Amino acid sequence: MPGRKILTDFPLTPTAHHLDDYRARGGYETLAKALHSLRPEDIIQEVVDAGIQGRGGAAFPAGRKWQVVNPHDGQPHYLVANADEGEPGTFKDRWVLEYAPHQLLESMLLCAYGLGVRHCFIYIRGEYDRPLQRIQTAVEEAYAAGYFGEQILGSTFSCDVVIFRGAGSYVCGEASALLNSLEGKRGYPRNRPPRLTVQGLWQRPTVVNNTETLANIAWIIRHGGAAYRAIGTEKSPGTRLISISGHVAKPGVYEVEMGYPFKTFLEQDCGGVAGGRALKAVIPGGTSSPILPPDIIEGLSLDHESFWDVDSGLGSGGMIIIAEGTCMVRALAVMLRFYHHESCGQCTPCREGVGWMHRIIQRILHGQGTNEDLERLEYIAKFNTGTTICGLGDAAGAATIGILKHFRHEFDHFISHKRSLCDGRLELRCAS
Amino acid sequence: MKHLIPEFEALKQRLPLEGLNGVLLLPCLHRIQQERGYIHDEDIAFLADYLAMPAIQIIEALSFYTMLRRAPIGRWHLQLCHNLPCALCGSDNLFDYLHERLGIRPGETTPDGRFTLSAVECLGCCGTAPVMMINETYHEQLTLESLEALLKELN
Ligand SMILES: Cc1cc2nc3c(=O)[nH]c(=O)nc-3n(C[C@H](O)[C@H](O)[C@H](O)COP(=O)(O)O)c2cc1C
Ligand code: FES
Repeated sequence: MPGRKILTDFPLTPTAHHLDDYRARGGYETLAKALHSLRPEDIIQEVVDAGIQGRGGAAFPAGRKWQVVNPHDGQPHYLVANADEGEPGTFKDRWVLEYAPHQLLESMLLCAYGLGVRHCFIYIRGEYDRPLQRIQTAVEEAYAAGYFGEQILGSTFSCDVVIFRGAGSYVCGEASALLNSLEGKRGYPRNRPPRLTVQGLWQRPTVVNNTETLANIAWIIRHGGAAYRAIGTEKSPGTRLISISGHVAKPGVYEVEMGYPFKTFLEQDCGGVAGGRALKAVIPGGTSSPILPPDIIEGLSLDHESFWDVDSGLGSGGMIIIAEGTCMVRALAVMLRFYHHESCGQCTPCREGVGWMHRIIQRILHGQGTNEDLERLEYIAKFNTGTTICGLGDAAGAATIGILKHFRHEFDHFISHKRSLCDGRLELRCAS
Repeated sequence: MKHLIPEFEALKQRLPLEGLNGVLLLPCLHRIQQERGYIHDEDIAFLADYLAMPAIQIIEALSFYTMLRRAPIGRWHLQLCHNLPCALCGSDNLFDYLHERLGIRPGETTPDGRFTLSAVECLGCCGTAPVMMINETYHEQLTLESLEALLKELN
C-alpha cells in the first residue's frame, strides 16, 4: 500500500460520485462549518500551513499563491480549476472529475470563500466526454442542494461556478493562456509580471490551480493544515495522484504518499513492466519531465526533491513506463512532433526552434542524419530554455536534452547505421 | 442560428457581467458546431453581431483551436491518438489497419463521406491506451478486433 490516502479514500461504488454518497462520507460538512466559524484569512492560513504544492506541473506552493490575493480589497476576484489536462501521460484530473467531482466542488467553494471569489470556472479540455458529464451532474446537484448560488447555507457568501470547455489546445493548460481562452481569445500565454494573482482574468486578481491541487482543499480545511503537513516528506507534503501508462502491467491512477519508493510502486502496486520485460526508461511526470534510466530512477522515492536532484521532476504525475526494445529515437520524434504541433507560434525560439528540432529528428529517422545533427539538436534545445514566454519551449528542450543525456548511443547508432539500434518500433503490446 | 439565442442567454445566469461577451464565444462556437457540424461564414457574422465583437476576433479564435472546423467532415470522425503512451501500446498498427480498411490517412475523408480520420495528441486517457474518439465518444484499449467491430457498427 502506497501510504496514506486523501483523495481516493472511499470505495468506488457505482454511485460514489453522486451528492448523496458524498454527503454520507461527510461531504459539505466542512463548508457548512467554515462559512459560519472561519474567516477567509483562516482558510488561506490553513492552506499555507499545509504546504501543499501545485499538482499541475510546477509544484508551486498553493498557499503562497493565494496569499497574494487580499480577500477584502473590494474588487472582483476569480478562481479557475485547471482541468485542461493535456500533458502527455497525464489522466489523473480525469479521475477527480469522474469519481470525486463533489470533493473538487466543495474545495472550490472553500477556496472561493477564502479568496473572496464570487465567480469560479472549471476549464475542462474539450474532448473529455464522461468527465464532463460527471462534473456537470455534480454542479447541478450542488446548485439544487443550495451549495452554489446566493447566500449559501444561510451565510452572506454567494458563489457561482461555470464549466467551460476548451477547444483542443495543449498550450491552453498554461494558466495565462487559459485565461485568454476564457476571455474568448486565442490561447496565447502572457508575459509575467504581472502575476495572475495581481492581474488575471479581465485584469482581476485570479487564482488558477490544478484540479487535483484544489480537490485536496476540503480535506485540508477539515483536518487542518498541520495534519496535511504531517503526511509525505518534509519538502513534499501530502499525497499525489500518479497516472501510470505505457509498458506497465497495471496502468491506471494511483494515490501515493510522497516519499514512497518508486521501485516498490512499480513492482508491487503496478505489477511491474508489462510482459515481465526489463525496464528501459521512465518518463516520471508527463513528457515535459526529462526521462530517466532504471539505474537512476530505481533508487528514488516519489517526492519532488528526489526527482529535482537528478534533473527531472514529478511534473504532472503522468508516469510513462518504457520497456527494453523501445526505440528512443522514435520516442523523441513522437514528443517533438507533439511540441511542434502545439507551439502557439508567439515566441520565435519555440515556434522556429521546436520546428527545427522536429525536422532534424525526422531527418535522422529517415536515415539522413549527420553527426552535427545531434549537436544542433542540443544547441537549439538549450537555446530554447528560458527564452520563451511560457514553459512549452522549455519542455521540448528539457525532454530532448534528457533523452540525449541518457540514450545518446542510440542516436549515434541510428545516424551511422541509418536504422534503429532497437527494432525501430515503439510498440510493445501492453499485456494484461 | 438565431434559435440558439435563448440557450446562450441562459448561460449568462451564472457568469459575471464583466467580459460577458468574450467568455461566451467558445461555448457559442461549440454549440453551433454541434448543430451544423462546422462553423459557417454566416455563423461568424451572426456571432459578431450577437456578441458585439469584431468578426476578426472570432476568425482568429477559429484558426487557433483544433476542435473548431470551418468545413464539414465525414459523418464519423475517427480521432486516433498518436502520442507516446498510445504509440507504446500499438496505435501505429491501428493507423495501418484503418488505412488498409478505409483507404485513408490522417487528415483524409473517405470518398463516400462516411469517415474522416485524424491523428490527435494525448487524449488524457493513456491508462487505457490505445484510445480513439468516434465523434464525441472515447473508445479505449483498442485492438484490431475491437476496432473492426466498431467500424462494422458505423454506417
Ligand atoms: C505548456 C503548458 C501546459 C500546461 N498544461 C497544464 C494542464 O493541462 N493542467 C494544469 O493543471 N496545469 C498545466 N500547466 C501549468 C499551469 O500553467 C499552472 O502552473 C497550473 O495550472 C497551476 O496550478 P497548480 O499550482 O495547482 O499546479 C501547463 C503549463 C504549461 C507551460
Ligand atoms: S497518449 Fe493517447 S491518450 Fe494519452
